Amino acid sequence: MKLALGLLLILLTIGCSKNETPPASYKPQAPAAKIDPATTATISGVISFDGAAPKPQQIDMSQDPACVVGKVPPNFGEAYVVNGGHLQNVYVYIKDGLGNYSYPTPPPTTLDQKGCRYVPHVLGLMVGQKLRILNSDPAMHNIHSMAHENSGWNESQYPGGDAIEQTFSKPELMIPVQCNNHPWMKMYVNVSTHPFFAVSDADGKFTISGLPPGTYTLAAVHEKMGEKTAQITVGAKYSKTADFKFSSSDIK
Amino acid sequence: MSSSTQTAQYNPAYHRFTLILAICTFLLIIAGALVTSNDAGLAVPDWPTSFGSLYRIPPMVGGIKYEHGHRMIAEFVGLLTIILAVWTQRKDARSWMRKLGWFMLLLVIIQGTLGGLTVKMRLPWYISTAHAMVAQTFFSLTILMTVFASRRWIETTRTLTRQPDSGSLNFRNLALLTVLAVYMQLFFGAGFRHGGLHFLPHLIGACIATLILVWASFTGLLRFGAIKPIRGASIAILGLLVIQLLLGVAAYMTRVVWGKDAVQPRPSMVATTVAHVAVGALLLAHCFMLAVQAYRNLAPAAGLAADQKAVVA
Ligand code: HEM
Ligand code: HEM
Repeated sequence: MKLALGLLLILLTIGCSKNETPPASYKPQAPAAKIDPATTATISGVISFDGAAPKPQQIDMSQDPACVVGKVPPNFGEAYVVNGGHLQNVYVYIKDGLGNYSYPTPPPTTLDQKGCRYVPHVLGLMVGQKLRILNSDPAMHNIHSMAHENSGWNESQYPGGDAIEQTFSKPELMIPVQCNNHPWMKMYVNVSTHPFFAVSDADGKFTISGLPPGTYTLAAVHEKMGEKTAQITVGAKYSKTADFKFSSSDIK
Repeated sequence: MSSSTQTAQYNPAYHRFTLILAICTFLLIIAGALVTSNDAGLAVPDWPTSFGSLYRIPPMVGGIKYEHGHRMIAEFVGLLTIILAVWTQRKDARSWMRKLGWFMLLLVIIQGTLGGLTVKMRLPWYISTAHAMVAQTFFSLTILMTVFASRRWIETTRTLTRQPDSGSLNFRNLALLTVLAVYMQLFFGAGFRHGGLHFLPHLIGACIATLILVWASFTGLLRFGAIKPIRGASIAILGLLVIQLLLGVAAYMTRVVWGKDAVQPRPSMVATTVAHVAVGALLLAHCFMLAVQAYRNLAPAAGLAADQKAVVA
């Protein structure tokens, strides 16, 4: 009897969690203004890494032969990709200081699965912008998003299967995405309410353009080392640099 | 008690069947722990279908191999449990045993449903923990059924072998306490393993559980060592406890300390954590056995006198 009640309780729980309304999409409170394109500024910079970076760990992909068809280069963990002191895969965004503007939703951004790795390893998109997920592998993947603010999901995708499209309705940083069929496949999605973000490239470089003049808090977020911020003021049509430095002491 | 009024007959085929079910369930627990340790819990995103089909077997590679393999073994164990319930109903004279058979069927259905919920709800820690706890409960009951179906259980008259056991914390209560202590460890351990709890409760719990288990098994050996099943269970518990403590340390080192930033589950992590789950299940089953044997073979001095009078009369 107690067990039956327990079961009922559990079923009710999922019943309820299933009925949860999806989080309403993010909306600014006051009527929004448009940015004057004639006055916009650009912030660019380099993310560097000081000290000895953890050695990239080689991944053993032998548990799925479809991951190692043909000549595949060795696959390494991408938590710390440091190139001549430059740090890749850092998400840089305007954290604070933007006025109340409205932005058109950008076209879909793509996440590919290739050689049983995610390309890119870190990406940013806007609230409401589509994420198109492709499977370029001969392997079967599942894509499991472990969001906290947004609703999570898990879908499988056959080799060369149809693109999966997902959107995110709330701002959220470093949402882990994992494949449970190939548990080394991990990547991070960052969702913002505006289009002023970038991810550092192999040379640690990033560029954020189209910014209205103003004073901003700029933040650089790394999946393991967390966030660093800087205050920056840009005038109309200004180009400014802002560099960030992570170091081995940031490794937790 | 109904067991003393109804006489069961030893049935070797039935006994062998309960043993096979217990062994399959043990393998299923290992298969389940492999799913968790390989991070493969969501490799198959749907349930009760697998990739949309109820019977088609997907390519058994990567995480799918663990997840779908676990489902297939679970279905087999479910089937065996149906047979067990029906067989017990038709052939066992003990009504409590027949009830136990149906209870096992209910439990395996609940367990399958919990397994499905882990998939549907994408592994919330409390569902995964419940799934881990019901798994070991079910396994312990398969072991108890094997004991209840054994020749020794059926063909010894318990009232003649009983010994007195008194005091507020008598041995029967102490034996029950071992079951409770291992359940506590199972809850804290699974809660930690599935990301819902801190490690500290499990560590403190290990000290408490060790104390209780050592106390109980030494009492079992020193005071009731003449009763064979109690001696056997006590020795097994001591041995398993030592192994479990060592495996716990190994699991902690490989998964938590060295494995913190691992890019993928390493073989050492998988081996130690799976072994810790499996030996944990054996330990729980033996604590159940100790408790059952204590209740069967011991009685409060007063009750014992009345019992024996009844036998003589
Ligand atoms: C008699 C039936 C079953 C038994 C005894 C059983 C047992 C187990 C055990 C012992 C674990 C490992 C728990 C841990 O390591 O903490 C596990 C994990 C798991 N089981 Fe089962 N299981 C059964 C049925 C099922 C079914 C029908 C499914 C259906 C999908 C399922 C899905 C899973 C999943 C997804 C996990 C991984 C959970 C996680 O990583 O959090 N199980 N099972
Ligand atoms: C009486 C002693 C102990 C018992 C009965 C016990 C039992 C368990 C069980 C049943 C689980 C996993 C439950 C599941 O998910 O199915 C677990 C997990 C765990 N236990 Fe223990 N344990 C004991 C002592 C210890 C000790 C002494 C340590 C370490 C110092 C330890 C470290 C761990 C760790 C690290 C995990 C999680 C493994 C993972 O993350 O995969 N345990 N324990």
